[in-house]
Amino acid sequence: MKKGILLHEPTDDVGVAAMDLMAGEEIEAVTLEGVPVATIKLIEDVPLGHKVAMRDMPENHHVQEYGRAIGYASQPIQCGEHVHVHNIKSLRWAASKAKVLEE
Amino acid sequence: MSTFPNIPLTGYRRENGRVGIRNHVVIMSVDDISNAAVEGVARLIRGTYALTHPYGRLQFGKDLRLTFDTLIGTGRNPNVAAVIVIGIEPTWTEHVVKGIAETGKPVAGFSIERHGDLKTIEMASRKAKEFVHYASELPRVPVEWKDIWVSTKCGESDTTSGLASNPTVGRVFERLEKNGNTLIFGETTEVTGAEDKIIENCVSPEVAAQFKAAFDDYQALVESQGVSLLGSQPTEGNIRGGLSTIEEKALGNVEKMGRCKVAGFLKPAEEPKTPGLHFMDSSSAAAEMVTLCCAAGAVLHLFTTGQGNIIGNPIEPVIKLSANPLTVETMSEHIDVDLSGLLRFEYNLDGAADRTLEVMARTINGRLTSAEALRHDEFVITKLYRSA
Repeated sequence: MKKGILLHEPTDDVGVAAMDLMAGEEIEAVTLEGVPVATIKLIEDVPLGHKVAMRDMPENHHVQEYGRAIGYASQPIQCGEHVHVHNIKSLRWAASKAKVLEE
Repeated sequence: MSTFPNIPLTGYRRENGRVGIRNHVVIMSVDDISNAAVEGVARLIRGTYALTHPYGRLQFGKDLRLTFDTLIGTGRNPNVAAVIVIGIEPTWTEHVVKGIAETGKPVAGFSIERHGDLKTIEMASRKAKEFVHYASELPRVPVEWKDIWVSTKCGESDTTSGLASNPTVGRVFERLEKNGNTLIFGETTEVTGAEDKIIENCVSPEVAAQFKAAFDDYQALVESQGVSLLGSQPTEGNIRGGLSTIEEKALGNVEKMGRCKVAGFLKPAEEPKTPGLHFMDSSSAAAEMVTLCCAAGAVLHLFTTGQGNIIGNPIEPVIKLSANPLTVETMSEHIDVDLSGLLRFEYNLDGAADRTLEVMARTINGRLTSAEALRHDEFVITKLYRSA
């Protein structure tokens, strides 16, 4: 089995692609300690450094990474799907425009 | 697996018992207009380092205090054997001299008024020559890991930082914490979104309250300037790299603390009084943060980078770690620890920590870091507000 997803915590909802992953590939997810956790079938392409859903998640689910919530699902997410700004949002701040200089 | 590499460590044991891994004779400016004299001395006397900066005049209150604390702390740092302090007038010069002299190391102050640059340079150079003879005869002696105060910060982060290089520092810090080391992290601005994790891991409600106060204070400062940094995180570059939310970015940052407890809270440039991991209220700008860590007494810095921050410090060697395969290839001269093998499953986190500790041991024993070899001598004082 090809290793290609890294997990911060074995219970995390999302893993991180350690290389560019292609739709249809079956990829083993392992912890940073090297312990195998699950095998995930990719639904879509996920580039290096981007997140892969480890399981199905309903809308509004608090998505866990690092053993903590990194945001909520803004739509239902399927196992093997690419998880990013299109389907999760911050729990802390609504997306707003950067304003580094005063107007 | 052993906790530390099988490499005996050597260093310089200073008068106050602290251990340094470098042996600098520093010529230090109290203020901007003394830089010329400082550089004059450093050009005349081999083995000295000119520590110059653009501030030190008409500052007041907390801002002046922090400039003094930064200069004094840098002079006190155990990587420094002896210090010449040069300022325009005697009062502030003497204040800096006294703060450094508490450590017991050789220090002498010179003020330019009533002498002029040339006479000052002559007097200071004679003393600097004495100090160089003294420092160059100091032997390296056997030291222990627990003698080494280590600080950390990340910069130009991307997903490989949270995924690989930051957790590697976390693993190194766990081993050092267990060993009784003194450790520093910070970046008050960049932990926004993971402040709960820090608060939960503070050893006491008092430490948590101190951290929370500094954190809230910073948020209030940003708001008082009529700007919003919160909406700017994660950046467009972060998002391209795969980071989705501010929480995720901050949680990746605080991976550097590993599973360590936060033993104490430090004001900017404040020296830790106890072992363990300390959170220092500090800017997230790389050079400012490392300068503050150096002033607080850290002798070795672990700097993780994704896209390739190239920072160094003249007094505290900076070890650069990256797990981004493109960065370690295209900016190889800046990277001391290549952790890209973590992403190729060549080793796990403990293997990455072993590699890092080996580079740390060699650096402690005198091997120059990439930033030292490339003359990355960024000494940047944090300015709190405008001068009078």
